[in-house]
Amino acid sequence: MDFNLLVGGQAGQGLKTVNSILGKVLFREGFNIFSSSDFMSRIRGGHNFMQLRISDQKLYGPDNEIDLLIALDKKTAKIHKEQLKEDGIVLIDGKSEIIDSRAILIPASVIANDINPKGINTVFVGAALKMMGLDLENAEEILPDFFVDEILEDNIKLLRRGYKAVEKIYDNLKKNVTGKESEIFIDGNSALGYGALSGGLSFYSAYPMSPSTGIMNFLAQQQKDYDLVVEQAEDELAAVNMAMGGSYTGIRSMTGTSGGGLALMNEAIGMAGISEIPLVVADVQRPGPATGLPTRTEQGDLLFAVNTAQGEFPLMVIAPRDHKDLFYSSFRALNIADEYQIPVILLSDQFNADSSKNIPEFDFESLEIKRNLIKKADYGKKEYKRYEFTDDGISPRAYPGQLEDGLVLIDSDEHDEKGHIVEDGEMRKRMVDKRACKLEKLIEKDLNEPEYFGEEDIEYLLITWGSSYGPTREAFQLLQADGIKVGLLSFNDVWPLPKNKLKNLAERVELVTVEMNSTAQFKSLIASETLLDVEHDILKYSGRPFTGKEIYNRFLDEVIDNG
Amino acid sequence: MVNEQEFTIAAETAWCPGCGNFPLRKALSEALQEMDLKPSQVAIFSGIGQAAKVPHYIKTNGFNGLHGRSLPPAIGARVGNHKLKVIVESGDGCTYGEGGNHILHNIRRNPDLVHLVHDNQIYGLTKGQASPTSEESIKTGIQVEGTTSEPFKPVQFAVGMEASFVARSFVGRQDHLKEMIQRAMKHRGYALIDILQPCVSFNKINTYQWYDKRVYRLSEDYDPTNLDEAFKKSREWGDNIPIGVIYKNEKKTFRDRLLLEDDQPLVEKEFESGDADKIMEKFK
Repeated sequence: MDFNLLVGGQAGQGLKTVNSILGKVLFREGFNIFSSSDFMSRIRGGHNFMQLRISDQKLYGPDNEIDLLIALDKKTAKIHKEQLKEDGIVLIDGKSEIIDSRAILIPASVIANDINPKGINTVFVGAALKMMGLDLENAEEILPDFFVDEILEDNIKLLRRGYKAVEKIYDNLKKNVTGKESEIFIDGNSALGYGALSGGLSFYSAYPMSPSTGIMNFLAQQQKDYDLVVEQAEDELAAVNMAMGGSYTGIRSMTGTSGGGLALMNEAIGMAGISEIPLVVADVQRPGPATGLPTRTEQGDLLFAVNTAQGEFPLMVIAPRDHKDLFYSSFRALNIADEYQIPVILLSDQFNADSSKNIPEFDFESLEIKRNLIKKADYGKKEYKRYEFTDDGISPRAYPGQLEDGLVLIDSDEHDEKGHIVEDGEMRKRMVDKRACKLEKLIEKDLNEPEYFGEEDIEYLLITWGSSYGPTREAFQLLQADGIKVGLLSFNDVWPLPKNKLKNLAERVELVTVEMNSTAQFKSLIASETLLDVEHDILKYSGRPFTGKEIYNRFLDEVIDNG
Repeated sequence: MVNEQEFTIAAETAWCPGCGNFPLRKALSEALQEMDLKPSQVAIFSGIGQAAKVPHYIKTNGFNGLHGRSLPPAIGARVGNHKLKVIVESGDGCTYGEGGNHILHNIRRNPDLVHLVHDNQIYGLTKGQASPTSEESIKTGIQVEGTTSEPFKPVQFAVGMEASFVARSFVGRQDHLKEMIQRAMKHRGYALIDILQPCVSFNKINTYQWYDKRVYRLSEDYDPTNLDEAFKKSREWGDNIPIGVIYKNEKKTFRDRLLLEDDQPLVEKEFESGDADKIMEKFK
């Protein structure tokens, strides 16, 4: 069973509420679920839609062939008509003209006018649940999360009226569905923020920017329950420099933004490099350059992130592949930043950020916070030097006020072991080598090789980084089912680039990167780092995410037929 | 009895002989010493420029950051460890030019810190271009016939924004400067001191003598809590330049508005990852 719902309407019609309620109900019913959204950069009007894909099998991404189209306005029905499956259904308000023989009319506006005209959406939720053969129990439990008092009562009535207004259509959806009691249903931005919070994040300073703002929203909500400060900075320059100030005083600090903000933060990220201040920056990518497409998706910042800031300094770039990974990656990013005293960039994207998925509960037992701060008791009377030369380049890190006699001096200028400005050539060279040396240790000890899916004997290797994993995973399964000898290599750590698994697999197979950008940036990175020749790339840069079927078809056309 | 040399470092500086930074540093280290502080209890945040090198030439914790960004990391420090005495120090270019947006918003934020601006009305480290506070008539290699903009008026601006503490001083009045720094340190909230100081190498207009002839101390009966009077006073410039606390207004600080429950610095808090597991309920 693979069932796809699309809910569409204008901005301001409460689409998100419909989607959230339906999403949660379907999750509680035990379905595997992948929910994604397509928003315009506006607050009212236009056309927005959300897709809810449910299945008894694991899901990795969206699908564009619709079973049930819930059209909150006429435009939605028109725009998405072509995507409707032959046996698909359009659910639309009764006063609309019938534009498709597959339409089921529901007197939603009449019902809403009776009870509460603003609640027309809830009528559609009730109707959709009935059509899908589900009951109202979960929905009625969930409504209080969204509404209170009389509005809640109205919405329960609206839900029930919507439920009564249509007939059951799909009998069998729940046939092979198993319980999801030990799972959660979470969006990407929350997962990223949650991972950081679980890593002991104390300070998040950011400037709102789509599609990264959800991280700040999630964390701001937690301030009441945790020792956490979320500050909306006056600009991205302030945001990143505030985070560095927090980190300097010994607390875990982080900022988040999208590509435009990352551009503004570049100088500071370089400073975190030279001054060896642990710093985590989340770049939730959107199509660029400049303002680009604010609410859409792309993986266009890879080489920009890898080459962030002028000069040379150790840096790590991690691109989480999915919702589970977003949580564990941000937790890990804080550990790595502390362990090596370096900046770490988390490269997420709008597709990751604004989609929701069911995943296993996070395993808190497996999490271990590693701060790598000095212990006061161990230090005694020894003179403290913030940039003391050590074998692995990692200097003992104290925070100001920690040692009664030790001062912590950090500098964006080149400096000596105590942090004082120097111009001396020999000291400059030693400091550059000291910093570079930390990355060597990281590569040896903490770099994660990509995850491989597939058999040993393959002819083609699909290569993804970050979120292109999901849809490619689905395509990989479709290709395998066709008997094509294909493997999938999914990178999470992208800088420094882990090379071992790739080099081993690359022998005698054709390599194909699948990326959401127009210049195959990961292919370039592989070429420059490994000298491997990647024969093919499957690229997309319309701002809309890949689907598994799309990659599958393009693989057949572009790789096999042109192979 | 504190060691007399508690805050001083015997280091060669990058400052020109006669630079206004020397008397400023002296006033600062004496002020800190007299307040019975230990160097490890103080952190100085600076940007870039000659003034911003202060953390290297004084014995405290130091964060010599990026040009224009002396204030933001100090906010991070207020979050991480509010027991630290935080001083922000940079020049007029770094503070009012490159970092202009931050001063505006930190007056709104009102963090408990002291902001010392070395205002010599010129760019020193880049060798003598006009700064935001330069007189229009100044001629430089770039401003060949004077500036293309009117000067920024920091004190008037800060009073206009109703900043919590606004003062002006002059490095040629050591005791006054020291007193201002101490009053700012004791003030709860954001405390700006615009410190007039000559640049002996590049500013041939605003010299020691120029300031010396013009500055005057506010009279004993001046009331810095009167906003209208303060605004009037803040507009005085030219032949007579008032020095002293121009405006003072005790109000809610940045930390007062945070949702933190107790007074323990965040840096000293213990945290276990498992404490966060209950959030999962929200996603059930």
